[in-house]
Amino acid sequence: MAGLNKQSDTVQHNPFPRNWWVSGLWLVAAIYLVYSVNSMGLDWDRFTAGLGHADKLLDRMFPPNFSRWELLLDGLIESLEIAVISSVVGIFLSLFIGLLASRNFMPSWISTPVRGFIALCRSFHPVIIAILFVKSVGFGALAGILTLVIASIGFIAKLFAEAIEEISFKQVEAIRATGASFVSVIVFSVMPQVFSRFIGFATYQFDSNLRNSTMVGIVGAGGLGGTLFSAFQRFDYDFVAAILITIIALILFWEFLSTLVRRIF
Amino acid sequence: MSAAQRFLEVKGLKKEYVVGNPILKGVDFSIDSPGIIAIIGPSGTGKSTLLRCINRLIDPTEGQIIFDESDVCLASGKVLRHLRRQVAMVFQEYNLVERLSVIENVLSGRLGYMSSWQAWRRNYTQSDINNAYDLLEAVGLQDHANKRADSLSGGQRQRVGIARAVMQDPRIILADEPTSSLDPKTAVEIMELLEKFSSEKNIPALVNMHDVKLAQRFAKRIIGMSNGHIVYDGAPEGITDEHLKKIYGGESWLD
Repeated sequence: MAGLNKQSDTVQHNPFPRNWWVSGLWLVAAIYLVYSVNSMGLDWDRFTAGLGHADKLLDRMFPPNFSRWELLLDGLIESLEIAVISSVVGIFLSLFIGLLASRNFMPSWISTPVRGFIALCRSFHPVIIAILFVKSVGFGALAGILTLVIASIGFIAKLFAEAIEEISFKQVEAIRATGASFVSVIVFSVMPQVFSRFIGFATYQFDSNLRNSTMVGIVGAGGLGGTLFSAFQRFDYDFVAAILITIIALILFWEFLSTLVRRIF
Repeated sequence: MSAAQRFLEVKGLKKEYVVGNPILKGVDFSIDSPGIIAIIGPSGTGKSTLLRCINRLIDPTEGQIIFDESDVCLASGKVLRHLRRQVAMVFQEYNLVERLSVIENVLSGRLGYMSSWQAWRRNYTQSDINNAYDLLEAVGLQDHANKRADSLSGGQRQRVGIARAVMQDPRIILADEPTSSLDPKTAVEIMELLEKFSSEKNIPALVNMHDVKLAQRFAKRIIGMSNGHIVYDGAPEGITDEHLKKIYGGESWLD
């Protein structure tokens, strides 16, 4: 090619010019970070002092105290029940809500409001929903169950809807052409395509509900969280350690079970 | 069935996907006798749209489709499903439910005859199950009944697609370019199967095709479409280069 060695006289524009807007935004972000660290009073002294407190806490936590194991077991069983009931109800409802929210099966006047409802379910952290339910239906497991049902819908109904939107419509068309009813079309052409993903979402949601069921108790919605919170308030840190270890064991046990479930499907 | 029996009548059929831009511009034909009827024509001329209007996978804009003495275009709900189950469809890309087994795909041809509750419980009658296995044997796939549909080759999948269609006990078969994704030898075998079932059941099979030679070999009647109109309708022997020029446009592709 001619001209490669010859320097052209005209000055070409740089194809990658500096974007002053982007550079400006980075600068603002950096300034904000420095400002935040200062206004929180974070410095090295505060950090080392904090570590000293943590050291004291750990001293009092070990060895963990399992002497009140009956109280622990009661809370654990209640948490497990909250998780199981809310997962079953939440996943079951999400199947229908997810279908209603899928834009390829439903006209937009159905799917849009249903999507709005799902977004509403997801817009608050479970702790806030739990507080609302404790205030409205009273202390105890019912509030916890309702909280986690809402949390489940907010999360997996959306995932279900997206899974349904990604299926191949050819298979749906073929089943529709046999004269099958709407329900049969869903059962024979949609479910086979999405079932394994649904199992994955459902096990994930149960995992999440299991963790959250130990948390809703902190605001009085039943389960192990209540026991944990009162142990904190009475400075029974060795009992706190026992509860935390139990929760870790519970989650690990479910992890083991869910890999088993996934292998089956 | 008497020769006077009318299987299907299409009158003034129009379809516009975009308003003012019709794909089908008034199609009229009727089918009075069984056997393979080929629809030939260039891509985008509305062949697929025509077939999909007949079983209402697509809603026509205007016109009438008389099947079983009623107008398909006006049907809805249960009536529509009962019409659909008598109109079987074979697809270009087979459209099998990939994660179901071969035999389940064949049995899904019976869904139009079952309630949703029966379908949910897979409650097929014994005679349906027997028929499904017989059909699999007829298409030469008896050894593959329990395989997943996505493990089959293209030709095998189309055989399953045909078995599913015949399972509906249809009064007409629609086939939308059933051989376009297949090699020439398999294409002939698939056409032979369609011919076999349409003569066994004494029903017409309306087949969209690209391949004029294949159409002439199997069809007893050819409908040529161009630009949303029917431009030829008659015996396969009657088709001349003039007709083909009119259907496809140009002549450089003719040898």
